[in-house]
Amino acid sequence: MIGRLFGFRGGVKPESHKTESASAPITAAPMPRRLVIPLRQNPRSGARCLVEPGQKVLKGEPIGEGEGLLGTSVHASTSGTVLEIGEHPMAHASGLSALSVVIEPDGEDRWIDHAAFDYHGNSRDATLAYLRGCGIAGLGGATFPTHVKLGKGTGIDTLVINGAECEPWITCDDRLMRERATQVLSGAMILRDLIGARRVLVGVEDNKPEAISAMRDAPGGADGVEIVPVPTLYPAGGEKQLIRVLTGIEIPHGKLGPEFGVQCFNVGTAYAVHRAIHHGEALLARIVTLTGNVAKPGNHEVLLGTPVDELLALAAPKVDTDRYIMGGPMMGFALASAAVPITKGANCIIAASPSLFPPPPPELPCIRCGECSRACPADLQPFELYWFSRSKNFGKAQEYHLFDCIECGCCAYVCPSHIPLVDYFRFAKSDIWARERNTTAADQARDRFEFRNFRQQRDKEEKAAKLAAKAAEIQAKLTEAPQQAETPAVEAEDPKKALIAAALARAKQQKAAIAPRNTADLNPETQAKIAEIDARREEKSKPQDTSPAS
Amino acid sequence: MMQSPYVRKPASVTSVMLAVLLALLPAIALYVWQVGVIVLVNLLLATITALVGEALVLKVRARPLAPALSDLSAVVTAWLVVLSFPPILPWWATVLGVLIAIVAVKQLYGGLGQNPFNPAMVAFCAMIVAFPSLMSQWPGVGQLDFATQLHLVLGDQRQVDAIAGATALDAMRTGLRSGGGTVATILSDKAFGHFGSRGWEWLPLGYLVGGLFLLARRIITWHMPVAFLATLALISSMFWLANPGHFPSPLFHLASGGTMLAAFFIVTDPVSGATTPRGKLIFAAGIAILTYLIRAFGAFPDGIAFAVLLMNICVPLIDMKTQPPVFGHREDKAR
Repeated sequence: MIGRLFGFRGGVKPESHKTESASAPITAAPMPRRLVIPLRQNPRSGARCLVEPGQKVLKGEPIGEGEGLLGTSVHASTSGTVLEIGEHPMAHASGLSALSVVIEPDGEDRWIDHAAFDYHGNSRDATLAYLRGCGIAGLGGATFPTHVKLGKGTGIDTLVINGAECEPWITCDDRLMRERATQVLSGAMILRDLIGARRVLVGVEDNKPEAISAMRDAPGGADGVEIVPVPTLYPAGGEKQLIRVLTGIEIPHGKLGPEFGVQCFNVGTAYAVHRAIHHGEALLARIVTLTGNVAKPGNHEVLLGTPVDELLALAAPKVDTDRYIMGGPMMGFALASAAVPITKGANCIIAASPSLFPPPPPELPCIRCGECSRACPADLQPFELYWFSRSKNFGKAQEYHLFDCIECGCCAYVCPSHIPLVDYFRFAKSDIWARERNTTAADQARDRFEFRNFRQQRDKEEKAAKLAAKAAEIQAKLTEAPQQAETPAVEAEDPKKALIAAALARAKQQKAAIAPRNTADLNPETQAKIAEIDARREEKSKPQDTSPAS
Repeated sequence: MMQSPYVRKPASVTSVMLAVLLALLPAIALYVWQVGVIVLVNLLLATITALVGEALVLKVRARPLAPALSDLSAVVTAWLVVLSFPPILPWWATVLGVLIAIVAVKQLYGGLGQNPFNPAMVAFCAMIVAFPSLMSQWPGVGQLDFATQLHLVLGDQRQVDAIAGATALDAMRTGLRSGGGTVATILSDKAFGHFGSRGWEWLPLGYLVGGLFLLARRIITWHMPVAFLATLALISSMFWLANPGHFPSPLFHLASGGTMLAAFFIVTDPVSGATTPRGKLIFAAGIAILTYLIRAFGAFPDGIAFAVLLMNICVPLIDMKTQPPVFGHREDKAR
């Protein structure tokens, strides 16, 4: 038993709106006409395409291989034919597009051969590679690859399973825990074995009593597993906040749980790990809550790649729906278009109407009331950050820990002046990132420029040294050869001719002093050869030059 | 496009200001009961002046009128000016005070949220420096009937001698300075009640009730009232214990002048005050210390207004130096 909970400062209690969809059991969404599966399932990593248009694929067949450290595999969510591989808009606040595989289902939903994976009989690395191949990533919303989070597998005392689901409206984790508690716990056990944790704490907000009792009653919860009701206070489901509530450990910005002996996974991720290990199933579907301004709110198991607009038909949005929010109302984003696919991080689609989510009243000046700093779970002073962001005093904003902001939205939620504080912080952060990129680019450019200057200077000096040597040599020859023949001849002529001859000689010397420009970078042997030729040419031309005078 | 969060708590500047106005009502009721309806006349005059003055400046600044006028912040300022000014001030003095607060201190610095100084306190300081005798005339309880008061406020003739009055602090101060007696003998004068100026001494209770309401509504936090009152009590106790004949008791200090008004309504002004928890304690304690020093040793009977302005100047420094540790960085600071 853990003795007590720790809590965190700040937090808000928005209306939860869970009842709309919490009583609806999970149902399988119907097969869509087409699946659009982005090879890039999260902003951090992509996958290399493994299929071609026209190719037949089976359910669970890999269609993309994870690239880089953070990449995970992407699979065909059902059997069918690859229609096209091209850019399609993703579920993204700015409507960015990604290379996607479009599959037309054949309706048979035929599985590729798959079998359970014996993670006890395999090495840890092999298990992690297997999970990566199954496309397992965090289903809480951030879709961070699970194999990366499992890390080295040492030095971790506590595994936290996040079932808090603190955002209003969302009930997918609630339903998952109510209906599939045994499998969630089974997945938690696998995760515990893989990170070598001593104890497992499952944090569930106390507004989900059914989920708590289902998880407590479920068989398979071994010793050292505890289901802990945590106070309902947004954002208790934030990873760092939940770890703080359950263990008292505060993980600062930029640090990860394992450094502090704790790691955290979402309940949906635990369930996906269970399916992968015990059933050999890749991550092909997730539970999505459809709610908000709809006639039939519910929770559906949805194949990845299902277009949101097709899925929404299940919930029957009401006519005054003006936009759709993916995720919760505190941290989610309005979809630029509903013609985007469900991806691993899509936990909820909320139909929004002007009456349900009225536009905020006009922004008024900040009165420094401090409500925001009392609500901030990161213990920041949002109004100070607001002044600095607004005045583009980004250095000061960083000094006041701008990057510790988790963009949970608590400050903007409580602000009596209706200032969209998080927007200001997003603006400041992206501006700082852009500046840093520019600085890096400028640094590189400056380094290149300085090296070029250095190189030119070096070449010039080398050249000057070489020329000086050569000029001395030529000078020596010039002064030797003509002195016997020329000088008396010139003396014989009138002074005018003597002047011209002298000028010609000077010009000749100057000409000799100017090296041909294309010979600067040659190697010493070639340089020597050229010098030889030049010398020959000099000697040859001498008699001609002097002949009129003789 | 609008970004998250898509939900907002039903809170507004107007509701905050309305709560402050509501919180002032118990004290205003006691004030009217003790001193007279003239208080309401002054409040009305000040409210109209504030709204008209603000509207004119907004017009000149080409800013929208509706949001600024409906946020009620000008009304709060106007009421605080009235409650800190003597009730029998001629009408033009009240108007001038309100205009100083609204036009010079609030709008000329950029309007709501931009002023580094407390508007009502600047108005008080400006007026007491410019019109020291007018600003020192406080009627005794029941001394003047409504007609006389109205005449004093709206009429053009003033018989200063007839209404010469002083606050408890002023009387105490004059008494002690003139060598006319000790604290005890001064307090035995009929102008004094149980622990302050007779009748006036009940007003602080009204402010206390209103202040507790603001605390309960979480409009203000405990830091400033507690730090202000505790520091004032502590420093006055130290002097009182050292020489009770020359320094009045802490109770006298807490019940006199604008102490309670300041503790819950002036010091706690969020715009011009410190914002961090530790900063609030330092800010309010600083005001208390300066208030006591000005009361006991300065040239003015009450020092709250000057103390507030002096501490307003220190706010940026206090805030900068008292930033609370951020989540996950607590131990770094401890080390």
